[in-house]
Amino acid sequence: MKKIKIVGAILAAGTLLAACSGTGSDSGTADTAKKDYTYAVITHGAPGDAFWDRVKSGAEQAGDDYGVKVEYSSDADPAKQSQLIDGAVADKVDGIVVSMANPDGIEASVKKAVAAGVPVITINSGVDKFKDFGAITHIGQTETIAGQAVGEKLKAAGSKNAICVIQEAGNVGLEERCKAVAETMGGKVENLQVDGTDDNAVSATITSKLQADTSIDTVVTLGGQYAIDAVSAVKDSGSKAKVATFDLSEDVIKDIQAGTILFAVDQQPYVQGFLGVTGLYLKSINGNDIGGGQPINSGPAFITKENADAVLKYAANGTR
Amino acid sequence: MTTATVTDERIARTSTVTKLLKRPEIGALVAAIVIFVFFAATTSVFATAPGASTWLRGASTIGIMAVAVALLMIGGEFDLSAGAMTGFTGLVVGVLTTEYGLNIWAAILVSLALALLVGFINGVLVMKTGLPSFIVTLGTFFVLQGIDLAGTKALIGQVAIQGMSSVPYYDSAKKVFGSAADIGGGLVYASVFWWLAVTVLATWILLRTRTGNWIFSVGGQQTAARQIGVPVFKTKVGLFMTTAGAGWLVGMLLLFTTSTVQSNTGVGQEFIYIICAVVGGCLMTGGYGSAIGAALGALIYGMVNQGIVYSGWDNNWLKAFLGVMLLGAVLLNEWVRKRAETAR
Repeated sequence: MKKIKIVGAILAAGTLLAACSGTGSDSGTADTAKKDYTYAVITHGAPGDAFWDRVKSGAEQAGDDYGVKVEYSSDADPAKQSQLIDGAVADKVDGIVVSMANPDGIEASVKKAVAAGVPVITINSGVDKFKDFGAITHIGQTETIAGQAVGEKLKAAGSKNAICVIQEAGNVGLEERCKAVAETMGGKVENLQVDGTDDNAVSATITSKLQADTSIDTVVTLGGQYAIDAVSAVKDSGSKAKVATFDLSEDVIKDIQAGTILFAVDQQPYVQGFLGVTGLYLKSINGNDIGGGQPINSGPAFITKENADAVLKYAANGTR
Repeated sequence: MTTATVTDERIARTSTVTKLLKRPEIGALVAAIVIFVFFAATTSVFATAPGASTWLRGASTIGIMAVAVALLMIGGEFDLSAGAMTGFTGLVVGVLTTEYGLNIWAAILVSLALALLVGFINGVLVMKTGLPSFIVTLGTFFVLQGIDLAGTKALIGQVAIQGMSSVPYYDSAKKVFGSAADIGGGLVYASVFWWLAVTVLATWILLRTRTGNWIFSVGGQQTAARQIGVPVFKTKVGLFMTTAGAGWLVGMLLLFTTSTVQSNTGVGQEFIYIICAVVGGCLMTGGYGSAIGAALGALIYGMVNQGIVYSGWDNNWLKAFLGVMLLGAVLLNEWVRKRAETAR
């Protein structure tokens, strides 16, 4: 009987404490008047793109964790991205996270936002410009850094003649990735344009290329699902080419475990979204400028046979 | 009583060659032969069995859609939602099986039912409102595109279907939709056989059945067709359901051939289907065209698509080459048809 009473008391005390932490303990923060912050996350990702979908998930998770509102929007066209930024400023948001695939295209809008006193953090791309534009910091790593890392790893694996499969015409980020792979890999790297909305054609085109040039020893894909297409193309064409890919998916990890994909480079997009919102939140509640004027690297991480098992469950959630 | 032999133009004998030249698909056939010969002569792999395997595969899924779209265009309508439909149907199966554990064949049937429902809605909206099908199906296209993205994301937390190959009975469905037979050293995918079957069936319907006559008549002269008792409403709604059903078939073929489908699958492909149908002799105004022509149009598309890769050209130019080739094919079409009409 007594025992139950004690347990009850502890539980009650615990409940009280919990209730306290939810209401009365905000005195420590700088800004007690306003708790409902709103941040806009404005990227250049195409809707439905797996990479940007993870950025969005990370940003929204951070919003949920801090109890703030996160509004995600995206447009690959810099002119429309500028309009989204202007709109967010007009909405009087408390901060903007923006990705700058084409910094010149959105320069005016970002500077306008900074001039209006809205804290800005850039993510993913635009590392060379974030300081000029007055952003707090840049989170991510350039496509170039990731691409160079892939090139080095392929060089170590003995790649001499690679194709780099571009699934979306006119996407600046994808072109940068391929260029950077070529810089460090040495040997020959040729871009292959495919239609990312038709996986059947992607596979067929890679098969054709492997048949047309049997000396190709590596296929680099720039998105998880295209790696799957490449694996089947390699099988169909009877080629000995290795497959390496940017970005993850559950199927990619299973292929890495099976040995049909050599490795995947994970730029950790989830981290870019999550830390972007986190940086703005710190600015709002505590006036912190994270990074100290330097960019912050979100990756890249390499997924190989050794560590694939550990990552599988996160990939299955769609967060890695 | 000698009757003067009045030669009526309707019973005038025309030579077999002229008859052949009057077929709507003749231009596409000539263009396909020219393109095949060109790539076969200039590249080493294109005309081998493994080479043919790739362009047949690429052409097959486009071809199934092009044939269905051709039927609809002969019936005087467009379907811009046909591309997004291929992604939508695959996503439905992917979500129902990987997320909710529904039996794969049940999911395939649910997906077919949903596709036919969308086709039915398309048809009824077009017929009841009198709006151009271009506008109505543009609306459906965007709705589907949104569902593909937002619905998939909301239900499974991702934008691409993962882990499809570990679904129970996946292999039984893969046999039907995604397997490949080794013929002469080249892999021939199931989609190629489906494409042939669909083309034969559509051609038979068009040329040998009453339904085929109805399709030509509603596309050519809708009012006249109605006056002579052709069931215009039923025919047109059926045609929209046909393109949606073809979208389902292609969705299944894509899903089980590649084991994945993404939320953007098929978006933008609808114009390629229309282009293939037009290259194959369909008129934008309806009432004229052929299923075989559309299939040839898709074959041209597939051959150019892979031929450029075999030639080692910079395939950033792919779309430009395709545009030029297709314009060329259409012009050739026109020219052959005009010549045939004047030849006696």
